[in-house]
Amino acid sequence: MIQFDAVHKRFPNGTTAVHDLTLRMPEGGVTVLVGSSGCGKTTTLRMINRMVEPTSGTIRVGGKDVTRQDAAELRRSIGYVIQQAGLFPHRTVLDNIATVPLLLGHGRRRARAKAAELLETVGLTAEAGKRYPHQLSGGQQQRVGVARALAADPPVLLMDEPFGAVDPVVRTQLQDELLRLQKELSKTIVFVTHDVDEAVRLGDQIAIFRTGGHLVQCASPAELLARPADDFVADFLGAERGLKLLSLKTLAGVPQGPAPEGEAWTLVLDAADKPLHWASKDGAEIPVRPLKDGDSLLAALDESIASPTGLVARVDAAGRLTGVTSRDDIHRHAGQAHSEARVAA
Amino acid sequence: MYELFKNLGTWLTSGANWSGSDGIAHRLAEHLQYSLLATLIAAAIGLPLGLLIGHTGKGAFVAINLASFGRALPTVGLVVLVFLAGGLSMLPVYVALVALAVPAIVTNTYAGMTAVDPEVRDAARGQGMRGHQVLFQVELPLALPLIMTGLRLALIQVVATATIAAYVSFGGLGRYVFDGLAQRDLVQVLGGAVLVAVVAVALDLLLSGLQRFLFRHRTA
Repeated sequence: MIQFDAVHKRFPNGTTAVHDLTLRMPEGGVTVLVGSSGCGKTTTLRMINRMVEPTSGTIRVGGKDVTRQDAAELRRSIGYVIQQAGLFPHRTVLDNIATVPLLLGHGRRRARAKAAELLETVGLTAEAGKRYPHQLSGGQQQRVGVARALAADPPVLLMDEPFGAVDPVVRTQLQDELLRLQKELSKTIVFVTHDVDEAVRLGDQIAIFRTGGHLVQCASPAELLARPADDFVADFLGAERGLKLLSLKTLAGVPQGPAPEGEAWTLVLDAADKPLHWASKDGAEIPVRPLKDGDSLLAALDESIASPTGLVARVDAAGRLTGVTSRDDIHRHAGQAHSEARVAA
Repeated sequence: MYELFKNLGTWLTSGANWSGSDGIAHRLAEHLQYSLLATLIAAAIGLPLGLLIGHTGKGAFVAINLASFGRALPTVGLVVLVFLAGGLSMLPVYVALVALAVPAIVTNTYAGMTAVDPEVRDAARGQGMRGHQVLFQVELPLALPLIMTGLRLALIQVVATATIAAYVSFGGLGRYVFDGLAQRDLVQVLGGAVLVAVVAVALDLLLSGLQRFLFRHRTA
């Protein structure tokens, strides 16, 4: 757990980067710090591993005041991932990942073995370990950055806009990977971004900052979307707040019925019961995007609009059709999700 | 003109000119010895200075102004000055050559250090490296290509200038230039000059080749 108490940071040039911040970042959870540039979110993150020293107030990691620890030793015990990865260009990927174990005095063999293991964890091949950072794509470099941060198995991971410099497709992949990793590892993660969608996807709690280093609201994504504390938060979350909330709810529990037969449109399946496309009586075909229980209500709403029948094809983990859900059922559950979020908040 | 070049060819290829204590081989060895020793001393002074300025970011004006100072330095004047102050020895020659080489080494080392991506330096600190670990494990290796360029430039300047050893009666390839001038033997003057030029160019090619080999994994 990371605890900020009345933390203040004023830079020598007189600007206040963080103003009287009291914030608790729970153990094993992802806390996302969001806000526009210059709002103090990165400064807040960098005070945790003493890359920036607070002017006043205390920051405790695992109950221990960070300013009372040796800065270098503290940093070795906290994973740190930055934008553009910040990899060492003169070292191979494997040696980059082995950085902290080597600093901790683990032998070169042990450090490299651990690094090779992590290469796999972040979805890279053993062959990539022998390359140099500039020979990798931006997305691969970010994976190496994450592996390097994880190498000494630190309980806390600081991520400063780690996916800010990669294209949207890779970005989504990396977010998925992080969620998968987090399920396995349960690290205490502090994640800085200016992207609201990224914050909603990744955060267990989201802290919104306003220029001048003021924390405006800290809450779960659902609570934040359903009940923004003020106009600033509402504006920041954007006009599609309702839709973003739907991205948090899954299709599980939404009723489904049998697929229509002998009507204007029928759902065509392959031999393994996997949906192929919608076919009309006069031979037209419209693609179908089958959804699993884990997919979001937002995806279901989207597919129900694209579907010629307003029906969404539902499949099991193996991709076999289990039934269809109507647009009305999706709408009703979407409305329920909103009222639940308001009540819970 | 043709005659001159023909005689130069004969001078350079005559076996008798190459052997003995005043032969080309011996003079070449002397020349290289002066040059390497002077560059080595200059590196011992210039490298730590450039690294210190680059690592701390303090005293950058020293590194920058040293470059123009080095260009403006009258080498022969310096030799004469130290010679007058300290008497006849190799000392004035080494003082002058080292003074010539230090600026190139300091400015290139500093330039190499400032060219290190601040993100990389930040990441190094953030992973828990101490100051000296950042310097020796990250900054120095990354600055190495430019540091080597500085050493190469310094060595070549020194090789080209080490003829001044002969000016104060010592050896090296400058012997031919100054003796030739005294004896009005133009072939000998030209022979000495050509040899100095060939040595400088050969060293430049050799060292830049070595640099390319050592840093073949680096981009830009």
